[in-house]
Amino acid sequence: MSNQRLQPRAWRRWLVIVGLMLLPLVLLGRAVTLQLYEGAFLQGQGDQRHLRVETLVANRGVIYDRNGESLAISAPVQSIWANPQVLLDENADASISAVAELVGLDARVLEQTLTSRANREFVYIRRHISPELAEQVVALEIPGVHLQREYRRFYPAGEVTGHVLGFTDVDDKGQSGVEYAYNDWLSGVAGAKRVLRDRYGRNIEDVELLRDARPGKDLHLSIDQRLQYIAYRELKAAVERRSARGGSVVLMDVHSGEILAMVNQPAFNPNRRSDIVAERYRNRAVTDVFEPGSVMKPLAVAAALAGGKYTPETEIDTAPGYLRVAGNDVRDIRDFGTLTVRGILQKSSNVGVAQMALELEQGRHWQLLADLGFGQSTGVNFPGEASGHLTAIPTERPFEKATLAFGYGLSVTTLQLARAYAAIAADGRLPTPTLLANAPAVEGPVVLDPRVAKALRAMMVDVTLPGGTATQAAIPGYQVSGKTGTSRKIGPEGYAKGRYVSTFAGIAPASNPRFVAVVTIDEPDPSEYYAGPVAGPVFRALMSDALRLYRLSPDAMLERKS
Amino acid sequence: MSLASSPINQTARAASTHLIQRVLHLDMLLLTLLALLAGIGVVVLYSAFGGEIEPVKGHIIRVGLGLVIMTVFAQIPPARLAPWAPVLFGIILVFLIAVLVMGQFGGGARRWLDLGIVQFQPSEIMKLALPLMMAWFLARTPIPPTFRITAAGLLLIAIPVGLIGLQPDLGTALVVGAAGASVLFLAGLRWRYLLLLFGLIAAIAPVFWVFGMQAYQRARVLTFLDPNRDPLGAGYNIIQSQIAIGSGGLFGKGWLNGTQAHLDFIPERHTDFVFSVFAEEFGFLGVIALMTLYLAIICRGLWIAYQAQDNFSRLLAGGITMTFLVYCFVNMGMVSGVLPVVGLPLPLISYGGSSIVTLMAGFGILMAIHSHRRMWST
Repeated sequence: MSNQRLQPRAWRRWLVIVGLMLLPLVLLGRAVTLQLYEGAFLQGQGDQRHLRVETLVANRGVIYDRNGESLAISAPVQSIWANPQVLLDENADASISAVAELVGLDARVLEQTLTSRANREFVYIRRHISPELAEQVVALEIPGVHLQREYRRFYPAGEVTGHVLGFTDVDDKGQSGVEYAYNDWLSGVAGAKRVLRDRYGRNIEDVELLRDARPGKDLHLSIDQRLQYIAYRELKAAVERRSARGGSVVLMDVHSGEILAMVNQPAFNPNRRSDIVAERYRNRAVTDVFEPGSVMKPLAVAAALAGGKYTPETEIDTAPGYLRVAGNDVRDIRDFGTLTVRGILQKSSNVGVAQMALELEQGRHWQLLADLGFGQSTGVNFPGEASGHLTAIPTERPFEKATLAFGYGLSVTTLQLARAYAAIAADGRLPTPTLLANAPAVEGPVVLDPRVAKALRAMMVDVTLPGGTATQAAIPGYQVSGKTGTSRKIGPEGYAKGRYVSTFAGIAPASNPRFVAVVTIDEPDPSEYYAGPVAGPVFRALMSDALRLYRLSPDAMLERKS
Repeated sequence: MSLASSPINQTARAASTHLIQRVLHLDMLLLTLLALLAGIGVVVLYSAFGGEIEPVKGHIIRVGLGLVIMTVFAQIPPARLAPWAPVLFGIILVFLIAVLVMGQFGGGARRWLDLGIVQFQPSEIMKLALPLMMAWFLARTPIPPTFRITAAGLLLIAIPVGLIGLQPDLGTALVVGAAGASVLFLAGLRWRYLLLLFGLIAAIAPVFWVFGMQAYQRARVLTFLDPNRDPLGAGYNIIQSQIAIGSGGLFGKGWLNGTQAHLDFIPERHTDFVFSVFAEEFGFLGVIALMTLYLAIICRGLWIAYQAQDNFSRLLAGGITMTFLVYCFVNMGMVSGVLPVVGLPLPLISYGGSSIVTLMAGFGILMAIHSHRRMWST
């Protein structure tokens, strides 16, 4: 026990004071380092953690038909995304299974997806969900799960316009059709804004708008939705009735080259992702080629008329129904005897047209086909367009000259055929087909003597009149110039039996043409494959409605009366 | 004639000073400094809670309770308090053992004892009980302490520190150890013993590292040495907290404008890491002000110790003040990355009840020591 007073020695007191001062000095030094020297750096580090640049999704332009009907619109939808770094943190199992159940995903698959991207900050969970579902997801209030507003393309007409429009991918980028061809025009420029995000990635505040989103521009197509639908309906019915493999229809304005309808079978619905297989989404009218057959005869006749040796009334002997050319036979379906040039077209005599072609000066027929755009793309600006095939130089072999006259030895698309017929319709002026409405009118080159074109149309009216091959294509009250084609398809062992392409190309009204339509039916059932009964009704249904809708004066009344 | 110098007013002021200092036994200067600190605490917590008023109200109530406790302790003359020191120490020691046996589990450690009516942390009270015990023990022995006394003192420190370390609660063990050691040091520990002690600590440290520490504690120390070892895991808190402090710059981002704090980047932002919220919003100048305030309180405490009239009072006052100093230093040190993260609140600013109660009781004792001096010197 001690009662002595504790006498603090001087050194001990100083030690306490120095020690005391030392500790605050350490802290002070630290504060100086952090706040004064590294302040700016640490401020930047802080900003990196909570300032984020976020994209503002731009709305894609609307696609309209020529009358202002919406063909493709973008609807706002929500996408769910997650920040795995946050979501995988705590209660990961419960959170993941809750989200997975709500959006209809397998919880284990979702967890794997997230785990494999565990060090990312952004992973989509489910894209393009309905606003109702999005609200339910938000209501779960799971940290690390967020919504992003996006646009989803919607095609009100579905299958009807599917091939023309094409489709966009999940990021709203055009993948085929018009959506692809005019993607730059349609897509907007995404904007950006700076946002303040908290640790869980929630947006707390918009700090500044860096760039406003610029919506894409609208696109007006030359398509007439009403005619497009009729074409779709009629072609679908015909293909089903004939158990055909497929088919195409193109309806074109002969002067402007505007395509008013373009449909194919099999069709696809761009709203349904499962439909997107090449077999279905191909726009066959533009991408698929075939040997056209007799539908090409008017062009051989045109070359002959232009050569001056023939007139519509020139008589040609087609007996005995076949013609031997360089060791091969050119055959008619029967012996037509002596026919006029007009009769050759009406009866579709191979022998007749072959004789004319062989009489023509070298290269004249080939040159006309080249001038009409065969073997070249049409300039329609459609992705995947096929150019077809025409020999690079005119053939000198007689048999090839003969077969070219009735449409073998070259391949064409339905659109090319329509364009060539449009030249006949428009007094020899070749239009450039377009899918855009109000496209600047480009005067096409004149590739055919207007008088020849006129004479050709007059002759071709007979095809749809009694005695012609396509009476089914006739339209009451109107004169229709046209030509059928029923070509054999090439199989592995030459021209196959039972596999045909049946085509009808027609112009109406024949006296003052406005429209041309081409109907192609691929491999109709062999029990009935002639183009007249197979393709004719489709043409009639479509063209008669086109003439009616565009109020074109009937031109056959006078003739019928007389 | 201004009101302040009117005779009536002077009388009133003298009367209120008399009431506070002589009747309530409170120290005016210390009271003012503590009130200022508590005021800053309320302001910062309001921001740390993101403008929520409810938890701040709770905090104010707790500070009020602390003031009451302080006043109560200020009434007890040191001579009356001394005999209770070994009793209190013994009871808390038993509680510490009880915690290890039947304590409430929380946050990976047993720290809380459920006494039916109240839950409390015996280790918290030990921060006060140990300096009391040490002061009582050393005041009864020759000063400076002999080797045997020193060894006995070390044992007195080692037992509670060890028990708290086993919970495990490294932060509190550190503070309690520092509290005991500071009393021993102030009692006039000889240099050679001090050196011996340091040598001993240096020798034990590696053993302690391997056997004495939990994995998470080792991780904390490694993280302290290099926070970027695991920036998203163990190092996350300290990196975010340093970013917050640094973002404050010279003037700070302003009250309620700290982005790091308000966007949830700072962990424990209303408890252990509240300093980083303060530093981000009030900047370097604010930090200087806050540190000055703490330093003023510490200086006042040391002055009280210096003025104390007997060994027990002097050692106790010194011990309490040093405990407070360690408290402040460890908290600010860990938040700013000078020390490993050990989990200690910032005195009188952090949100939380038990530390305020002990701290205010300690200040009450300090005031009692000062105001119960025999008045022959004034």
